[in-house]
Amino acid sequence: MSILLSIIYLIATVTFVLGLKKLGHPDTAKSGNLVAAAGMGLAIFGTIFIHDLEVPTIIYVLIGIAIVIGSIIGWLIAIKVEMTKMPELVSLFNGFGGASAALIGMVEFSKTIDDSLQATTIISGIIIGAITFSGSLIAWGKLNGSLKSVVKIPQYNIINNLFIIGIIIFAGYVITTGVNSPVFLYSLLAGGLVYGILFVLPIGGADMPVVISLLNSLTGIAAAITGVLYNNMVMLVGGILVGSAGIILTVAMCKAMNRTLGSVIFGSFGLGPAGIEGANKTLGTIKSTTASDAAIMMNYATNVIIVPGYGLAVAQAQHVIHELEEMLTAKGINVKYAIHPVAGRMPGHMNVLLAESNVQYNMLLEMDDINPQFNNADVVLVVGANDVVNPAAHNNPTSPIYGMPILDVENAKHIVVNKRTMNAGYAGIENELFYNSKTSMLFGDAKAALTDLVSELKGM
Amino acid sequence: MMNELIELISNNLKIIYIIILSTFVGIEVIKSIPAVLHTPLMSGANALSGVVIVGAILVMLHSDPEDYVALTLGFIAVVLGILNVFGGFTVTNRMLEMFKKKK
Repeated sequence: MSILLSIIYLIATVTFVLGLKKLGHPDTAKSGNLVAAAGMGLAIFGTIFIHDLEVPTIIYVLIGIAIVIGSIIGWLIAIKVEMTKMPELVSLFNGFGGASAALIGMVEFSKTIDDSLQATTIISGIIIGAITFSGSLIAWGKLNGSLKSVVKIPQYNIINNLFIIGIIIFAGYVITTGVNSPVFLYSLLAGGLVYGILFVLPIGGADMPVVISLLNSLTGIAAAITGVLYNNMVMLVGGILVGSAGIILTVAMCKAMNRTLGSVIFGSFGLGPAGIEGANKTLGTIKSTTASDAAIMMNYATNVIIVPGYGLAVAQAQHVIHELEEMLTAKGINVKYAIHPVAGRMPGHMNVLLAESNVQYNMLLEMDDINPQFNNADVVLVVGANDVVNPAAHNNPTSPIYGMPILDVENAKHIVVNKRTMNAGYAGIENELFYNSKTSMLFGDAKAALTDLVSELKGM
Repeated sequence: MMNELIELISNNLKIIYIIILSTFVGIEVIKSIPAVLHTPLMSGANALSGVVIVGAILVMLHSDPEDYVALTLGFIAVVLGILNVFGGFTVTNRMLEMFKKKK
């Protein structure tokens, strides 16, 4: 490898670390993304043009066509996608990366099979790439609603584990025999693809962000493995960075949802005795309200805190809520948003959605900053959030969400909760907040209910 | 068996160093990130994992122009890889742009 290309890879690697670092602070995030993108561009063009291979022009043309096609499609998808669809988009892109890794492995399989160390890397690359590809596509389907049902095969944990162990044993067999057989190659590929489906299919939609983050991390590992094969530093370091950062991000998400990685993968939520007991217990009566009553309550308030949740994202109500907030502010009411770390469809997603509808950045308060302020709030408006405001996290040790950090909404003077129905949240547990004497329920689709609130307030 | 393991480690010492140190860098860089930025960060990291495209390009560069199977697979791998990279960085930029104009 030429020294020039090595230097380019070195620069690209540094931009990746720098980019990730800068992505971690609101002020520098945008430049961090651009720095990493520039480094990536450098690595790609360096790879194409700096080498001492005799490459026919036709191959350059093909590479050029592939890059143009991929860039145009990627760009079109990226600028057209709605912000509420972000989780499935990340999942889809991630699946493409995984597929790319698996395809590379398929081409290299026949050339490396006689060297057991190289064969081990390439076979791991094929299997991991295939798992991330099919797994990401299933996650994408689940999030965009085309795959609705949660498929629960009996004993699926055991089946899944036996399946992956089977793949590993078979891979070991292929490596030791060292025979270049297409049957082996396609069986390994098929094994990875099937496992990816089996792995993601039983996991519930609300846990999907954790799964996507995990699969993202796996794609990084697949890239790193391919880097080992080519002894290519930018792929190795870039892949490992994504792999380890992805694991940390996955764990952070689990923590914010009070879940362990194991319980996400093996799905134990809402099945325990606590969930059933909670559902049978009578918690009192609920009080339902109308848009006009809720509007009057807010009209005479001094401090209003809005708690947006998953339901707001689903109903695409982020623009209406901003309208409501502006109207209240115009009336001299002090309005703030309380953002739970996992509000929306994935951590940080609510911030993106509200930013999209032009909500002032300084009106969004994170959980630790807003919690002491609920005491002074006259009205709290909870829109499509459930588990993140469930007091059971504080006071019911038998609850599956016990110990999860929540927004202390119950400390406010009045609470208005907008929800479509009385169905429990994704954790499948009752929320005693809804039965609180200070709480009134405003039933209906978030967008419709907020639009009603806005028009009522307009007339006051 | 033991000797083989020692040999494996000593032959690949450089790579093992890189893997271990990069893992720590990845963890340290991400460790104290505010939840606000989790979504853009995941999307940005996802774009970075598209670095696998470098391997896809190498496959094509090393292909015999007569080897249609390798060329086709390599071609698809480049398309998918660049889709991941370009789409990923573009959408991350779009998200962060929304944060920025509020400042």
